[in-house]
Amino acid sequence: MRYPKMKWQAPIVGAAVLALASTAMAADVELSFYYPVAVGGPITKIIDGYAADFEKENPSIKVKAIYAGTYQDTLVKALTAFKSGEPPDIAVLLSTDMFTLIDEDAVMPFDGLLKSEADKSWAKGFYPAFMENSQTGGKTWGIPFQRSTIVMYWNKDAFKAAGLNPDKAPDTWDELVTDGRKLTKRDGNNVSQWGVQIPSTGFPYWLFQGITTANKVRLMNQAGTETYFDKPAVIEALQYWVDLSRKEKIHPPGVVEWGTTPKDFFERKTAIMWTTTGNLTNVKANAPFPFGVAMLPAHTGRGSPTGGGNFYFFKKMSAEKSAAALKFVKWMTTPEHAADWGIKTGYVAVRPDAWETPVMKKYVADFPPAAVARDQLKYSVAELSTHENQRVTKALNDGLQAALNGTKTPEQAMKDAQQEAARILRSYNK
Amino acid sequence: MSVARDISRGSDGEAGQPLSPSPAAGVARFISPRRGRPRRWATHINGWLLLLPAAIMLAVFTHYPTVATIIDSFFSTPKGARPAVFVGLDNYQAMIEDPIFWRALNNNIIYALATIPLTIALSMTMAVVVNGKIQGRAFMRLSFFTPTVLPMIAVANIWLFFYSPGYGLIDQVLGLFGVPAHNWLGNEHTALGCLIVVAIWKDAGFFMIFYLAALQQMSPALGEAAALEGASRWYFFRRVTFPLLMPTTLFVLINAIINSFRLIDHVVVMTRGGPNNTTALLLFYIYEIGFKFWDTAFAATLTVVLLALLAILALGQFVFLDRRIHYQ
Amino acid sequence: MNPLYQPGRLSAALETAGAWCLAVLWILPLAYALWASIHPSAYSAHFVVDAPVTAENFVKAWNAAPFSRYFLNTFLLVTMILAAQLVLCTLAAYAFARFEFYGRELAFILVLLQLMIMPDVLIVENYRTMTALGIVDTIPAIGLPYMASAFGIFLLRQTFKTVPRELDEAARVEGANPLQVLLKVYVPLAKPVYIAYGLVSVSYHWNNFLWPLIVTNSVNTRPLTVGLQIFASSDQGIDWSVITAATLMTSAPLLIAFLLFQRQFVQSFMRAGIR
Repeated sequence: MRYPKMKWQAPIVGAAVLALASTAMAADVELSFYYPVAVGGPITKIIDGYAADFEKENPSIKVKAIYAGTYQDTLVKALTAFKSGEPPDIAVLLSTDMFTLIDEDAVMPFDGLLKSEADKSWAKGFYPAFMENSQTGGKTWGIPFQRSTIVMYWNKDAFKAAGLNPDKAPDTWDELVTDGRKLTKRDGNNVSQWGVQIPSTGFPYWLFQGITTANKVRLMNQAGTETYFDKPAVIEALQYWVDLSRKEKIHPPGVVEWGTTPKDFFERKTAIMWTTTGNLTNVKANAPFPFGVAMLPAHTGRGSPTGGGNFYFFKKMSAEKSAAALKFVKWMTTPEHAADWGIKTGYVAVRPDAWETPVMKKYVADFPPAAVARDQLKYSVAELSTHENQRVTKALNDGLQAALNGTKTPEQAMKDAQQEAARILRSYNK
Repeated sequence: MSVARDISRGSDGEAGQPLSPSPAAGVARFISPRRGRPRRWATHINGWLLLLPAAIMLAVFTHYPTVATIIDSFFSTPKGARPAVFVGLDNYQAMIEDPIFWRALNNNIIYALATIPLTIALSMTMAVVVNGKIQGRAFMRLSFFTPTVLPMIAVANIWLFFYSPGYGLIDQVLGLFGVPAHNWLGNEHTALGCLIVVAIWKDAGFFMIFYLAALQQMSPALGEAAALEGASRWYFFRRVTFPLLMPTTLFVLINAIINSFRLIDHVVVMTRGGPNNTTALLLFYIYEIGFKFWDTAFAATLTVVLLALLAILALGQFVFLDRRIHYQ
Repeated sequence: MNPLYQPGRLSAALETAGAWCLAVLWILPLAYALWASIHPSAYSAHFVVDAPVTAENFVKAWNAAPFSRYFLNTFLLVTMILAAQLVLCTLAAYAFARFEFYGRELAFILVLLQLMIMPDVLIVENYRTMTALGIVDTIPAIGLPYMASAFGIFLLRQTFKTVPRELDEAARVEGANPLQVLLKVYVPLAKPVYIAYGLVSVSYHWNNFLWPLIVTNSVNTRPLTVGLQIFASSDQGIDWSVITAATLMTSAPLLIAFLLFQRQFVQSFMRAGIR
């Protein structure tokens, strides 16, 4: 037993170890990071993997990634935590939550943190369409991460069975109607397959923007203080959507559930579905038939709203933490990582240079649908975002659901929604 | 106050007064065994000391919030750096002008009026059935009571699956009868009804147990006497069983009323208040306003309405039904 | 025991058939959920009798969210609440039942107020209190508003009142102070009520959702109900087989406990004589 001999050396060794350990721990910065999951696939595993890889390359920074549910849940959680004095450091929240977060005085702009030329050019390297919802008042409040547009998926087998060219999707409003008529299958009173399905639970306003953009009309101003829900072009767009189910009968009646739409597509309950490009990998993995992806049909114009989440930095972060957080965000949006994230999920890689990486080029060559959303970017507009965003979008959502259910005419629904929105935004227009 | 008197009437017949006139009992109450003199104030102190922990918790988490809610409804919502300012009745004005508030109130009343009688009627029926000599009643009891032990969240998710248009269980079963697929939760006319069905499914079994307990305490002599007199079973139920079950009904009624205002888990899971606010219940709307829009003053105002509603119902119950209850 | 008397043969048969229909209808949702959870996703919407059975959904669900942590949180939560309730309500009920102190009637009315005005409807204010106390996102924060339960006080008071005073006096004569009388005389006699109350409390708090949703932010404090909802509500394509598996998994403890102890469950309610 050699212990008695070591007796006087042990405390010294112990103290040395302790000192080393505490210096190591003192250098450890811990970042808490809330993120939502809005699309199918093993997202939490992927995010955890990224966090682990980042920690390996940056041993003095620890990233605690916390899954917080849907975008709504994550926003509520983040604000709740902020209001109780313990905000997260970073959160991925909807790009449209920008005004809400600014009004609550919860987040800080990135501009102050971008010191070097490299930083500044990094910040300029994102697609402008995504930056529209990320900047206001001359400052950048969010960095794009999981961004998307709406795309149209179609079942090639169903097209063939209906006598349509399986490689060509309808490209205008009229074509959607004529194709839809052929695709809708009925047996007796029951419809076994609908022509097209556009979900309307949760955030129907987003899908609605896919129709209004094709009608060349915007729903709000850049400053987020005015809305234009009752413009004739908007009412016309809503009328088209309502007609799909009530007049043409090629679209399920009533309000359609977002979460089950991909499954409806797999179960052949609908031949065409509109949903986020973020579901692309999920559809690729699970669709039991060949499918195609196309841009949304055009009318007087063409396009889609952008969607998805940005990184936000919460206030009250120490300088040390914000430097570490910036490192993390930059790491997550390097061309390689942005490409990897885009391939694994179907979200649009947020920087043009990500699409030029060899991995991405090969992926697009093997699987062209991946590039559809990117190509649609040049026609894309900002997602609906205003002050008191939750309330204003609720007013619009309620109106859309009422029109789809037939309890209000599109005109009445939009007029009521505009009135409500104007009332909510009154104090921001003084 | 009749309420206090009725409640403090325990089964030993005491009405807040010592029952036994025995001097030993009367004196014993006030004698501490260690000293020889009676100490009346010991009772008061001891009583309050025993009550104190519970009283503090209740004061902090029930009484104070109630008062604070009422006070908050007269102020504006603090936002960011702006503190709350006194605005008098402005919040109430805004509430009266808010069509969604009236919708939520209306929905909740309809929801309560539908779930409460149906649940009570069903649970009474179930108890009577299970109490009888019917085959397989153990299985039936199990089947009726099981939904109760599940969390409402779980129940709501399962039923969300069933209500799915086309391939959900409901549409599949109805499809066998040739009924076309229906968008149950996405249709403004059927959404609330769907939630009502879920609530009834969950709670009926729970109340059944209480009725079962009461039924089993009924003397069989009553049944025999009625049979001898040639009364029909329905007559027996209406004139004997039902009135004797009234105390249980009162208890069950309180629970059912509270649940119809308190339980909104299924709204959160299945419809989130939609479509177009047709399934918004009052507490759900309060939750949305308070924790989604962060308009805490308006949420307080709505809570005041909810509290007032519950208070009126409580009062109404005790005053009105108390008179009709037949204690054995 | 049975105050109803025997009906004629035909109505007996009809009644039995009707009762059976109702019972089967009642258990159908749960049975179908069970069926969906043990078969692969492709069969969740198609009832095919010989579909392959799999445990894969449960594995997927277990791995997709930290359910083991949620189980632990829930277990800690209900235990903490029940323990506190037993202590607080016993003391308060004893005070109401056997002590005549100033303000007793008024205090009792104020206690009964909580029967109607539950902490669940006071979410906004209670949340603010928790923030002020600095304990948001902790397990005690979920439990504190429920620890003084008016229902428990009411129930125990009724029960204590039925204890014969002679026992109380006998114990005092032997030199016991009030607390000892409580522990040696009243508590043992109220055992069935304690069991009934315990069952009600545990199942209520195991299944509680709204307040825990508001008060918890992180995995370390979330109970099962909130964890399940966050898991099931992602905007992604919903996979019903996995969700029903997760749902059953979170309800399993209570369900199994009930199946094993249903006699005791039902008996204790009856013996407690809640009328």
